[in-house]
Amino acid sequence: MSQSRIDEAFADGPAFIPYLAAGDPDVESTKEYVRALVQGGADIVELGLPFSEPIAEGSTIQNAIVRSLKGGMTPDTYFDLVDDLDIDVPVVCMTYYNLIYRYGEEEGPEPFVRRATEVGIDGFVVPDLPAEESGPLREACDEYGLDLVFIVAPTTRGERLERIMSQVSGYVYVQARLGTTGARADVSGQTDTSLGRLEEWDVPKAVGFGISEREHAERIVAGGADGIIVGSALVDIVAEGDTEEGTVAERLERKARELKEGALAGAADRPQPERP
Amino acid sequence: MSTTKFGRYGGQYVPEALMPAIGELEDAYHRFVLENEDGFMDDFRARLRDFGGRPTPLQHAEALSARYGREVYLKREDLLHGGAHKLNNALGQALLAKYMGKERIIAETGAGQHGTATAMACAHLGMDCEIYMGERDINRQRPNVFRMRLNGAELNPVTTGRGTLKEAISETMRDWATSVEDTHYVIGSVVGPHPFPRMVRDFQAVISEEAREQVQEKAGGLPDSVLACAGGGSNTMGAFHEFVGDDTDLYAVEAGGSSLEVDEAGGVAPNSASLSTGSEGVLHGARTKLLQDSDGQIMESHSVSSGLDYAGVGPELAHLVDEGRVTPVNVDDDGALEGFHRLSQLEGIIPALETAHAFAFLEDEHEELGEVVIVNVSGRGDKDLESVIEETAERDIESAPDMDVFQGGL
Repeated sequence: MSQSRIDEAFADGPAFIPYLAAGDPDVESTKEYVRALVQGGADIVELGLPFSEPIAEGSTIQNAIVRSLKGGMTPDTYFDLVDDLDIDVPVVCMTYYNLIYRYGEEEGPEPFVRRATEVGIDGFVVPDLPAEESGPLREACDEYGLDLVFIVAPTTRGERLERIMSQVSGYVYVQARLGTTGARADVSGQTDTSLGRLEEWDVPKAVGFGISEREHAERIVAGGADGIIVGSALVDIVAEGDTEEGTVAERLERKARELKEGALAGAADRPQPERP
Repeated sequence: MSTTKFGRYGGQYVPEALMPAIGELEDAYHRFVLENEDGFMDDFRARLRDFGGRPTPLQHAEALSARYGREVYLKREDLLHGGAHKLNNALGQALLAKYMGKERIIAETGAGQHGTATAMACAHLGMDCEIYMGERDINRQRPNVFRMRLNGAELNPVTTGRGTLKEAISETMRDWATSVEDTHYVIGSVVGPHPFPRMVRDFQAVISEEAREQVQEKAGGLPDSVLACAGGGSNTMGAFHEFVGDDTDLYAVEAGGSSLEVDEAGGVAPNSASLSTGSEGVLHGARTKLLQDSDGQIMESHSVSSGLDYAGVGPELAHLVDEGRVTPVNVDDDGALEGFHRLSQLEGIIPALETAHAFAFLEDEHEELGEVVIVNVSGRGDKDLESVIEETAERDIESAPDMDVFQGGL
C-alpha cells in the first residue's frame, strides 16, 4: 500500500494529534487556532465537524459543538474552512455518520468524501460508525485514497478486533478508557491493556480520551503508543478565551509544545521504540 | 437480508465501546426471548399477568360506535399496571438484564411513562435504577417524576438542547458508554441500535396478540383498521405486529404539532411527524426516518404531548411505511386536545395525550376505516392533566368543559 500523508506523519517519532471543533467560536478563530497548534508541534490535526447529537462526546466538546452550530457551522462552511487552512500537516475530519451520509445530492457517503478530497482532507474518524456499518464509507475512502481511522475501546475484544484491523487505515484511535471524551486528571490503566492487545497491528496506535498533561503524553508514549490525541484540554482553552496568561492562540501553542515534548520524552524513555 | 435491519432501516450505529454490549444483548435476546432459555418467557409472561395485570381488555366502545356508525373497540393498555403499555417493554428488558447478570438499569424518558414503568419494574425485581429526563419534560410531567422517585429511582435532569426526549436519549447513551460493563440501558421504544427495535417490538407484541384473539371473539372476525399513535413507535408496533400479515389497515397517527412546516434556519420542526414529513438518516444507533435539515442536523421536534416529542421513529415502522403496509397520518395539537376531551366525556376514559391523537383521527376519518376499528389506548391521561388544563385554557377547544372552573371560578 502506498504511504499516505497520515502514514508519513508517524514516520519520525511519536505524533501529537490535537482536536478542535471547527467553528468554535467562529471560522476565523478556528483557522488561527489550528495554525497555532501546528506551530506548537501538531503532526496531524483532527478537526471536528459538529453534529447536533454528539453521543460520544463529554460536556466540554458537546458545549463547543453547541457554540459552533449556533455560529452557523455547516458541512460546506467546514469544507471552505479546511480549504483555507494552508497548513502542511494532514487534516482528519471527525464527525458523525448522518452528516456524511446526507451530504450532496446522491445517496451515500461518496459526495462527502469527494468534497473532502477536494479541500485536502486526509482521513476520517466517525465515532458512531462501527466496522459493521462502515462498508460504504470504507469503499469511498479507498476510491479517493483517504484513510479511515477506527476507534478501539477498552471493551473491544476477539473477533471485533480482527474486523477493525481489516478495515482501519492511517492510525487506530485507542480509546484510553470507557466513557465519553473529556480531560481527566489521570490516565487510565486500561490504556496499557488496550495497547497490549494491538501490539501486533502494523498501523500506528494513537491514544486519546482524557489526555491533558505533559506527563500523560510521556507515560502513554513510553507505554508503546505511536501518538497521542488531545481534544478536551485544548477545547477548554478555547472556551476560556483570552486570559492574563495569553491569548487563546498563544496558550494553545504553548500547550501543544508541552504535549509534543511529553510525547518525545516518552519515546526516549522507551527501551526499543517501535516504528509502524 | 441482514438480521440487524428492516429493509434499508435499522443497523447498529453506535460508538465502538458499546458494540460488545450490544453483541452480548443480541445473544441474550436470542437465547432468552426467542428460545425461552431458563424459562425466561414463561417468567416474563407470569409477571406480566400477576404484577402487570394482563391481559388487558378489548372494550367495545358504545358511545363511539354509535357516534361513528361502526364498531369501535378499545385495547385498554391504560389499564396495565403503571397506566401505559410501557410496562410490557420495561419489565421485559429489566428481567432480561437480571438474567444477564447486570446490576444497574438506566433509562431515558419523555413523558415519564417509560421512566415510571422502568422504575416500577426495577423495584419489583430489586434492581438499581437511574432515569434521564429532559428538564422541560420534568416540568411538564411532574406526577411521573414523583412516581419514579417513589419507586426508588434516581432522576437525572438533562439540560442540553431543548431538554426533551432526544437529549435524554443522547445523555443515557453517554452514561451507558461509561458503565456498559455492569449496566443495561432499557431503551423506551422500538428505536436505537439492533437488537433493540426487534426486541422491544417482541415485548410489546403481546398487545396485538391479545387484541387479535379478543376481536375475533367479540366481533367474529379481524378488524378492518387498527389505529395507534406513533412517537418512537413502541405501542404502534405492539398494536400492529400480529396484524401485519392480515388484510387489516394499519394507521400510525403522528403528532402534527402546531404545523407541518419546518423552520430550517431555526433548526425547528414544529411537529413530531417523522413518518409523514421526515427523511432518511442515522440517529441514536439506527438508520430511520428523521426530522432533519438539509445538512443532516437533527431538528428540535414539537408536540403538546411529551411522549410523542421525538425527531425519529422506529426503523421497522419506517420500513412498513415504505412498503405501503402502514399508513402514516398526523393530527395537530388542537386536534389532540379535542380528542382528549371528547373521549373523556363520551367514554369515561381519560386518555394519554399521545393516544388522544388517534381519537382525533378517528373522529375525522371514521368513514374510511371500515366496519370494525380497534384503537390502541396506549396509556391513561392522569400524567397530562396539568398540561391539558394549561394548553386548553390558551385555545379554543370545542369539546372542552368550561375552563374557568380550573382557574378557581366555580
